[in-house]
Amino acid sequence: MPPDNDRPAPDALLDEARKESRGKLKIFLGAYPGVGKTYSMLQAAHERRKEGVDVVVGVVETHGRAETEALIRDLEILPRVQITYRGRMFGEMDLDGLLARRPKLAIIDELAHTNVIGSRHEKRHQDVEELLAAGIDVYTTLNIQHVESLNDVITRISRIQVRETLPDKVLELASEIELVDLPPDDLIQRLRQGKVYVPEQAGRAIRNFFSKGNLTALRELAMRVAAERVDAQMVNYMRAHAIPGPWPAQDRLLVCINESPVSKRLVRTARRLAERARIPWICVHVRTPGYDTLSEAAKGRIAEAMRLAESLEGEVVVLHAESRIVDELLAFSLKRNVTRLLIGRERRRNWTAWFRESVAQQILDKATQFEVTVIAGDEEGDITEAIRGGSFLPDGAPRDYMMATAAVATAATVGFAAKYTFSFSNIALVLLIAVLFVAINYGRWPSLFASVLSFLVYDFIFTRPYYSFTIFDRSEIFTVVLFIFASIIVSNLADRLRLQVAAMRTSAQRTSTLYEFSRKIAAAASLDDVLWAAVHHVASTMESSALVLLPNADNRLQIAAGYPPEDQLDMKDWGAAEWAWTNGKPAGWRSDTLPTADWLFLPLKTRRGPVGLLGVSFQQRNQPLSSEQWRLLEALVGQVAIAVERTNLASDIEEARVFTETEQLRSALLSSVSHDLRTPLVSIIGSATSLSSYGDSLSEENRSQLVQTILDEGERLNRFVQNLLDMTRLGYGALQPKREWADMREITGRAMKQLRKVLGGRRVSLNVPETLPAIFVDPVLIEQVVANILDNAAKYTKADGKITIEAQQVDNDLVLRVTDDGPGIPPNARESVFDIFYRVRAGDGQAAGTGLGLSICRGIVEAHGGTIKAKDAPGGQGAVIEFVLPLTASPNMPDAVDETEHKKKTGKLSETTDTYSGR
Amino acid sequence: MKPQTPILVVDDEPQIRKFLRISLNAHGYAVSEAGRGEDGIRKVAIDNPSLVVLDLGLPDMDGLQVVRRIREWSEVPIIMLSVRASEQDKIAALDHGANDYVTKPFGVGELLARVRAALRLREESSPDASGIAVGDLVIDFAQRRVRRANAEIRLTRKEFDILRVLAKNAGRIVTHQQMLRSIWGPAQEDDTHYLRIYVGHLRQKLGDDSANPRYIENEPGVGYRLMA
Repeated sequence: MPPDNDRPAPDALLDEARKESRGKLKIFLGAYPGVGKTYSMLQAAHERRKEGVDVVVGVVETHGRAETEALIRDLEILPRVQITYRGRMFGEMDLDGLLARRPKLAIIDELAHTNVIGSRHEKRHQDVEELLAAGIDVYTTLNIQHVESLNDVITRISRIQVRETLPDKVLELASEIELVDLPPDDLIQRLRQGKVYVPEQAGRAIRNFFSKGNLTALRELAMRVAAERVDAQMVNYMRAHAIPGPWPAQDRLLVCINESPVSKRLVRTARRLAERARIPWICVHVRTPGYDTLSEAAKGRIAEAMRLAESLEGEVVVLHAESRIVDELLAFSLKRNVTRLLIGRERRRNWTAWFRESVAQQILDKATQFEVTVIAGDEEGDITEAIRGGSFLPDGAPRDYMMATAAVATAATVGFAAKYTFSFSNIALVLLIAVLFVAINYGRWPSLFASVLSFLVYDFIFTRPYYSFTIFDRSEIFTVVLFIFASIIVSNLADRLRLQVAAMRTSAQRTSTLYEFSRKIAAAASLDDVLWAAVHHVASTMESSALVLLPNADNRLQIAAGYPPEDQLDMKDWGAAEWAWTNGKPAGWRSDTLPTADWLFLPLKTRRGPVGLLGVSFQQRNQPLSSEQWRLLEALVGQVAIAVERTNLASDIEEARVFTETEQLRSALLSSVSHDLRTPLVSIIGSATSLSSYGDSLSEENRSQLVQTILDEGERLNRFVQNLLDMTRLGYGALQPKREWADMREITGRAMKQLRKVLGGRRVSLNVPETLPAIFVDPVLIEQVVANILDNAAKYTKADGKITIEAQQVDNDLVLRVTDDGPGIPPNARESVFDIFYRVRAGDGQAAGTGLGLSICRGIVEAHGGTIKAKDAPGGQGAVIEFVLPLTASPNMPDAVDETEHKKKTGKLSETTDTYSGR
Repeated sequence: MKPQTPILVVDDEPQIRKFLRISLNAHGYAVSEAGRGEDGIRKVAIDNPSLVVLDLGLPDMDGLQVVRRIREWSEVPIIMLSVRASEQDKIAALDHGANDYVTKPFGVGELLARVRAALRLREESSPDASGIAVGDLVIDFAQRRVRRANAEIRLTRKEFDILRVLAKNAGRIVTHQQMLRSIWGPAQEDDTHYLRIYVGHLRQKLGDDSANPRYIENEPGVGYRLMA
């Protein structure tokens, strides 16, 4: 869609803005080595330094050139880090040092350099990207032959395969490209003078490279790239600044790839064409049912081509089609406004293709409204590669061939017997069955072998003259020829069927493992369960070790789960994990970054951003992952990410709920505190002022009553403060019972003494036998529990009411019950009385205290592993509060003599019931 | 007029110092005051009080430290003022030589009883006293005999040992560790469970009810006290 001419295009603005905040990249581009890129770069660096810019040399290869060395001398040079690989030391650029040093401008030579194994990134341009992201400007040098999309062209021109390639997108990162030009003749001159550095070992091949023809071609390429970049910048600038002009139509180019080795070249060509036309491009692979029967190598080629397309910033699309590949492709093209199609010419892979029109031909016939470009395959290379791919080489175990021989022998025996017993003549059918059997069970090559063997057996045994390979009868020659054809076709078809069944089985297995996994994690409630299910599943399906790393509160990664359980990673692996986490890209084993690590880390990406990392580590680390494994891994990563996000969401909701509750609690606490602190204070201050002002005029009795009020209210205040403190400690989990062996009777007695004044004239009967076993509790806290229950009972009973305290052993528990004859607790409130600040309104309007007391009781009893509840009073009148504490076996006495001696004497203190009254 | 017994009150809260001064004065003690630990230590040296009432929470230094510093050169009885839920602090202070404690908030009666017990201990601490009378209990250390209201009570050896330790410190807290150490020796200092069982037996023989004790009082987490 063309943007309005008078408004800046948003994506162009975004592009510009992105380049603003990042460091700026300037590439000194040369057509070939020796043009003086490094020299020009250093000169520019010097100029910047004169302007006062902070310049640091990250890495520069002087190759011993005097003028270059002179230039580098007075610049700050960062020492290289030494990395040992296979016993040799390699000096590499110190990326971390540069990041820490944070100069304004870093000078880094040779952008296409491949780092030694053991460095953080595989390629230097990745280091540069990280520097740019950190806001550091970079000057760098590049030779044109390293540009990925030009790789094929250059290989063809120079006949030298360039291994160190650089994705084209890196060129796009550059805000400036300076072409360092030197005419070929001058270079050859310099070469002769020995001014160009040529590695010794490269020798002749390199020298051939410097032929005038080569150099001219390379120079043209470099100039074209530079010119295109200038163009692109111009267009971008014009769009960003809303300068009206002719815009390239938003057409698209579509490249269609398959398992053919040409695919990668197709992708590179597509990129180049699209770049030149300045249009977006799409790389499409049409997946047919036949895909599953492809060899691993073929699948790998498709995956590789798609990855290449991705790295060249094409859009990658996989279409699914049953049979009408071309229709599917053209429909998609129309939908996406594709105007140009790029396809490769198909090789005729096998004889079946003779009966079909090739896809390329079909496209040419049908795609009338498209501009179609057909690229010829590099026949020789393709075929050799295809052969290396394995499908035309005999395979199968010797055992398979033995089985094939046995099958044919059996068939021959059966045929022989049939022929001589009832003159059966269609022996060929019997042999065909043997071939079919072999094809289904042992594959193509053993079955072809069986075909040939059957043919020979048939010829040798069943055609006249018998036991000779010569044939007399013409019709028999015809039969034999027909037989060999039929058996080859049968063996081919059967083999195909076998592969398809196998492929379906794999695919079904994959689906079912994925399904099983989703079911498992859907059932898992907590994050721990999900993580455990995830690592266990990944480990068992990938036959690897698996880890999930999650960030903690400080955003530092931690191992959250591992199978087999793992809680340590070495430095290298941590480095990879942290890089993967900060950059949101895979890192570690077999990836672009830190590939020497033992673990491969994949970010768990969700719509809200990455939530963690999945790590896998294989026992067999020398073999690359098959594309099947890659796909499975990618699917698993997606599912684990979703599962983790799901529990995160759940815990977010839970957190919000807890927060709301805490807020409610806080306001309840505030109102309670202000009420319950103030009420006793009112009495205390009132009584005290009466005494202080009018003490003389009050009667002795009134005076002592006022003093008593002050005392009672003071004690009430003290109890409240104590409860408040305990509540706070309970809330913070800081209330740890200090357990010791204690007697329930003693504890109850102390609680009663504490509440003597509150209980007043109420009749309290205590039925706690001395003979109860000792309990292992915090006696101070349990006393508080009993006191709070008694306080509560006193609150709801009349001044002469009746309160019963009884305790008994029930199995392995000690039960203490406090019964009062007050109004009782309605059944629906029996649970909530233990909630914080719940208050049962007394029927006769009695002043009720806070509900703090009982909720503290629950907190303390539960901290002791017990339970507390409100119950029906036995007579239907009054309330019962009952708590249960578990009994633990008490330790043995050291001298049992004392104990037994004692028991003999004191049998009478079995049960004591006493009645106390208040003052 | 008999000479007043001098008592030093160390507490940073002026209101508490004031009410302690008034109450103690009224009971015939001469009170000097200190608001800070350093000040308190100095005043113990200068005034040579017969007893120190020390708040465990002082602004300038830990009460425990004050106890330790005083004990370096003085045997003056020290009664601590502390709060509930700090049993460990109480035990630590008692171990470092404090004589007793009162839990805040407290009634004046309770404090006076502790003061009296501590002062009495000081007067009577002749180590070879042959016997002691606590309420209606008469304990003869030499004969190892106990009589209550003139009736002989038969105690086992361990029970008598416990009673003797408590009686020698009548009215004063004796920590579990102190009891265990003096009866069983240092090996079993942590087995408070034995103690609880023997004290239970002792209580029964003395006719004491654990729910409402007349003789032996338990201070949970700290120790026992024979009520004087």
